[in-house]
Amino acid sequence: VRVKVKLFARLRDLAGTGELDAEVAPVSPGAAATIEDVWAAVVRRHPALEPFGATMSCARNFEYSRWGTPVEEGDEIAFLPPVSGG
Amino acid sequence: MLRMLADLLAITSEPLDPGHLTARVLAAADPGEDPGVGALATFIGTVRRQNHGRVVERLTYEAYQPLAERVFASIAGEVTAEWPGVTIGLHHRVGTLEVGEASVVVVAASPHRAEAFAACRYVIERLKQVAPIWKREEFEGGERWIEGAVADLHDRHARAEARRTCA
Repeated sequence: VRVKVKLFARLRDLAGTGELDAEVAPVSPGAAATIEDVWAAVVRRHPALEPFGATMSCARNFEYSRWGTPVEEGDEIAFLPPVSGG
Repeated sequence: MLRMLADLLAITSEPLDPGHLTARVLAAADPGEDPGVGALATFIGTVRRQNHGRVVERLTYEAYQPLAERVFASIAGEVTAEWPGVTIGLHHRVGTLEVGEASVVVVAASPHRAEAFAACRYVIERLKQVAPIWKREEFEGGERWIEGAVADLHDRHARAEARRTCA
């Protein structure tokens, strides 16, 4: 499935872009691809992001989600470093 | 109703206007002939000159706007669940702000002051925990992203911690 990926703040600076497309396939046939698979695809293209996986939030279609959340064609998946509003 | 919510909860690149937001909150809290508001608590966050020994020159805020708007609505829902008589307004600015400018305004209206103070504090604590907003600090000698909490809207522990700060 093809999804749109959004990166913010430090992640965007490190990747050099705030938006990219990612093509992900399920790890095993019949299983759904997940947000974790999307992150793996992003890290393959931008290895500098790899250390940030442990302290990150993610969102699918403008809702906070979990790493194991399945993704569907056309989803917008966002990876969010620790927040600092206020 | 949606229009009213859009006015009360917002992310904007325009300078914030606490007086305007206060008027909107009052109008929303007292839509009828019977004024029930006896207390308005306001919190204004501003850009500080000093941060951990660094001399700050300016801050640049960015938000993941569509998610942030939903998170603001969630926080407003949490306030309603905790303090049913309270109406809140929450405006956060994005873009580059100079020292002294307001980055966030929270207004809480209530029949009595205890709930207004508590809800106002709760909103800013929750915003700092879960709103997808980031600031980059430009200081004398460099710049850096500020990173705080790993946002998790459904973390009950974090929510309880925010609630305890306003007991």
